[in-house]
Amino acid sequence: MIALLDRDIKLAIRAGGGFGLGLAFFLIVVVLVPFSVGPKSDLLAIIAPGILWLGALLACLLSLDRIFALDYEDGSLDLLATSPLPMEAIVSIKALAHFLTTAVPLVLATPLFGVMLNLQAEGFVWVMISLAVGTPALSVIGTFGAALTVGLKRGGLLLSILVLPLYVPTLIFGAEVARRGTLGMDIQTPLLMLAGITFATIALLPFASAAVIRINLR
Amino acid sequence: MSEKRSLWEYANPRKFMGLSGTLLPWVAISGGALLLIGLIWGFFFTPDDYRQGSTVKIIYLHVPSALMAINAWFMMLVASLIWLIRRHHVSALAARAAAPVGVAMTVIALVTGAIWGQPMWGTWWVWDPRLTSFLILFLFYLGYIALWSAIENDDTAADLTSVLAIVGSVFAVLSRYAVNFWNQGLHQGASLSMDKEENVADIFYYPLLVAIAAFILIFVALVLLRTRTEIRARQLRAYMARERMQ
Amino acid sequence: MMVDLGDYAVPVISAYISSIVILTVLIWASLSRSAKVKRELEEFESKRKSNG
Repeated sequence: MIALLDRDIKLAIRAGGGFGLGLAFFLIVVVLVPFSVGPKSDLLAIIAPGILWLGALLACLLSLDRIFALDYEDGSLDLLATSPLPMEAIVSIKALAHFLTTAVPLVLATPLFGVMLNLQAEGFVWVMISLAVGTPALSVIGTFGAALTVGLKRGGLLLSILVLPLYVPTLIFGAEVARRGTLGMDIQTPLLMLAGITFATIALLPFASAAVIRINLR
Repeated sequence: MSEKRSLWEYANPRKFMGLSGTLLPWVAISGGALLLIGLIWGFFFTPDDYRQGSTVKIIYLHVPSALMAINAWFMMLVASLIWLIRRHHVSALAARAAAPVGVAMTVIALVTGAIWGQPMWGTWWVWDPRLTSFLILFLFYLGYIALWSAIENDDTAADLTSVLAIVGSVFAVLSRYAVNFWNQGLHQGASLSMDKEENVADIFYYPLLVAIAAFILIFVALVLLRTRTEIRARQLRAYMARERMQ
Repeated sequence: MMVDLGDYAVPVISAYISSIVILTVLIWASLSRSAKVKRELEEFESKRKSNG
């Protein structure tokens, strides 16, 4: 299992593996937002928590099709399916690899991007916490979407359409934690809901993703 | 020896075609008739609401379509489960057939909801929890329909869309709670007025029931019609595949 | 016989018209696809019969 994780991470980091893609996209979103809404600091400060969440979500979305695509194309996925590892473990590892290579860099980059968006001081902690708690869910949900569209040529757009409504609850609660935390309001409910979504998806969704991969490998 | 009749007989495509062919005209005609009755009754023979004026007449379109938008998805979920468990092709095809009808219902609910809200709220769109939930439902429908179209193999498509329907349903319910949390307290008065659970006065209630019954029948008629089309289309694909192999 | 819709004539009428349009399009599309597939299937089946 560790070997699979290791391999996926190495594949992602090496040139052409798409490692910096999410980060770069996050940067693009953050840079373009002030151009879209105007440079007024107080406006940016208000929308900063939400924009950071949005940028992180879109950056995650972008790298989803890589989760299975390469292995499917060269037949490695078929090989993995015959290994003693259960498919549920394989999809979980793939989600974990996505989380480590895409989401974690995003979370770590948030302070820098927060500064660019005039994020209030209290916000930094809460944006990072909410992203840290919520992005695993984005990876796991995204893995499910990637499994559905594996092997489809130009599946990227379909993948986005499928995953978008699935992402909404995570985005709502995550952004609410970030927003309310920044304003010093009580964050208990959204944080609990966010954590609940993350734990529930990690525990349950791999079964659906595994079933879908098996269907697609038939 | 008596033959045990059960609903599962109609999982057989030929039996389904037979029954649906007989039922379809009756369901369609009664749906159309009830729709005319309900709308004419509601439009011409009910008074205005003291708060909303004549816009209350939109209720005869908004509530039935909203109900059907949800029920259509639920029917697709049940049909998907039947496909996954019992592998009846008619069930999978019925789910596929119902989706566009559900989309249309969702769009009607969204459009009438937005139009109804405009005089009350002053804008053409508000992120009211109910409207927002229907927008998300619309996205779920879109994804479901797109997935069916994207997969070539019939059985694979049926399997994948069924799993999507199940996972999607869980997230759809979750979204409802999330959206309510996200927009609590805003426009509560106005959204309550669209709530069918609020005590709708009798004088509006009865034509509304007729309209709801009409929409249900129209939904059933359309699903029967479209499932018949799907069954025939599948047969056609089978013939064409056989020809290619010869 | 036309009922007095007061200030709200435009919203009410446009709600009714858009709903009816959407329903009509759906029904028409379903019927025409049904007819098309039925016709194609019948063509195929008559070809099969004539091929023995």
